[in-house]
Amino acid sequence: MVEYLLMKIFRALVTVTLIVSAAFVVLRLSGDPAIIILGPEAPPEAFEAFRRNWGLDQPIWVQYLKYFAAVFQGDLGVSMRDGRSALEVVSERIPLTLAITLPALFLKLCIGLPAGVTAALYRNSWVDRLIMMLSVAGFTVPSFVLGLVLAMVFAVWLGWLPSGGSDTWAHAVLPTVTMGLVGAAVIARFTRSAMLEVLGQPYIRTASAKGLLWRDVVRTHALPNAAIPTLTIIGFLVGSLVAGAVVVESVFSWPGVGRLLVNAVANRDLAVVQVILLLVGLTMVGANLAVDILYGMVDPRLRIKRLKAGS
Amino acid sequence: MTLETAPGLEPATPANTSGSVFTAKNRVQAFFEAWPPLVLIALFWIALIAVLVVGAMWIAPYDFMALDLRARLIPPVFMGGSWAHPLGTDELGRDVLSRLIVSIRISMVIAFLSTMIAAVLGVTLGFLAAYFRGRVEQVILMLIDAQAAMPFMIIALAVLAFLGSSLFLFTVLMGFYGWERIARISRGLAISANERGYATAVRDLGATPYRIYSRHILPNIASTLIVSLTLNFPEVILLESGLSFLGLGVQPPMTSLGNMVGYGRDYIQSAPWIMLAPSAAIVLTTLSISILGDWLRDKFDPTLD
Repeated sequence: MVEYLLMKIFRALVTVTLIVSAAFVVLRLSGDPAIIILGPEAPPEAFEAFRRNWGLDQPIWVQYLKYFAAVFQGDLGVSMRDGRSALEVVSERIPLTLAITLPALFLKLCIGLPAGVTAALYRNSWVDRLIMMLSVAGFTVPSFVLGLVLAMVFAVWLGWLPSGGSDTWAHAVLPTVTMGLVGAAVIARFTRSAMLEVLGQPYIRTASAKGLLWRDVVRTHALPNAAIPTLTIIGFLVGSLVAGAVVVESVFSWPGVGRLLVNAVANRDLAVVQVILLLVGLTMVGANLAVDILYGMVDPRLRIKRLKAGS
Repeated sequence: MTLETAPGLEPATPANTSGSVFTAKNRVQAFFEAWPPLVLIALFWIALIAVLVVGAMWIAPYDFMALDLRARLIPPVFMGGSWAHPLGTDELGRDVLSRLIVSIRISMVIAFLSTMIAAVLGVTLGFLAAYFRGRVEQVILMLIDAQAAMPFMIIALAVLAFLGSSLFLFTVLMGFYGWERIARISRGLAISANERGYATAVRDLGATPYRIYSRHILPNIASTLIVSLTLNFPEVILLESGLSFLGLGVQPPMTSLGNMVGYGRDYIQSAPWIMLAPSAAIVLTTLSISILGDWLRDKFDPTLD
């Protein structure tokens, strides 16, 4: 088990390194930030000074090694736009993003899990068809369209909620609901197929045949087994909280990490973009690792299989 | 069926009243069982979109960039406008219907080309992994994991803003979406196809690996690949429209569905039709292709998710 965990952690670190390296190469090679920040009309001496200041005059591999060394020392660079530490610029936005993404995650689970289980239990009934239709709709309606339609109905027509900004809790309602509904569709669909898979297993038939009440079969045999694959998708959703917020935060002018990313990318603020890439990469990898560990804890079969495989 | 052909019984023909009613009903039922109404509607919509994509330049009533400042913000015909601009006009007096048609064309062409790129990339890497196994396979699997570990939206955002507004590079970037799923599927299918008799037979006949993979394995796994490409296509449309909505995808004066929604959002109060028309086009198109994809999957390969 320990060896397995170390292997997982090693792979996670490799993935993070790959992500950071790819981000670094792409960001440094494909644009000259000096022209973007200073404008093409600036005097050549200003360009020289700027490049020297930010270390852009050195060969790319020197910049790369320096970047890695700095990352390991916790120094993630300075935002080229406002001169503060990039880490600081990003971390002051994190609470705002969490303020809408965590309630949205809660909403996703509260709608998605029961909907998926119900659809599977009443397979091919009208309930199942309705839930699956809503789920497909949730898949195919882009979050910016859903967000704008909600804003149109609840902000423009009814005037109940504000359509943008972050001054009061009421501003958080529409972005949260938008993200929640889109994510609920994903969870419902996944939960349904996980549940159907389990319901087709022989042990369900056995439990049912030995005279157990159907609701007890579902509660003690089906649900715990279906929970295992469902963990994967929840892990993925936790990992992609920031990514999911990019579009929705932009729709509702919510000043979180997602909107910061869009602005930083538009301004070519390299340090900030890299900090956000690192943040997203780390949450993704961390969530996947947590899911792997949870898997081992809730599913004894996996533990044994891994020990036998010797990895 | 056995009844109809049984000796001594008259075969059911349309002329036979009692029999004809029975068979006609069955035929209708059988037709709708083979072609569910929803799938038919989806196919109809996709056909319409295909016609618009091919004939955009002839069908669009106006030039999509033509300004008409005297005809600004005219509502669509069902909201009190006129047939001169069936879907109304935008803040510069450009015809929304014409812009919509051209946007559909551009969005669909990008999505189609990108899906093709993802298919070529995914199948090639998947086959390489299946053929070489060992270290090559490990590297490809690690690439797949790395790609799957990072939300594509974030990668695309970073790459895009630094590449600028080139339509060509944008399409290539979109082509990286979903390659890892296709690579995973084609690797798995190719490995199991290798074990089959037909692969062994042509290998023993002395065919080159290239020939085995391109002429024998690829056609045999094509149906599964086509289904997974059909499911990839709407996701690319959503990604493209999302990025264009953020102002980082297709750039003006070009137009795409997401791009239209992006600037239509500033007129959500005074002229919601600018935003609603492309939104509806995105939703109906992705929905239709998803319905078609799900149906194809259930029909040809229920094991694929």
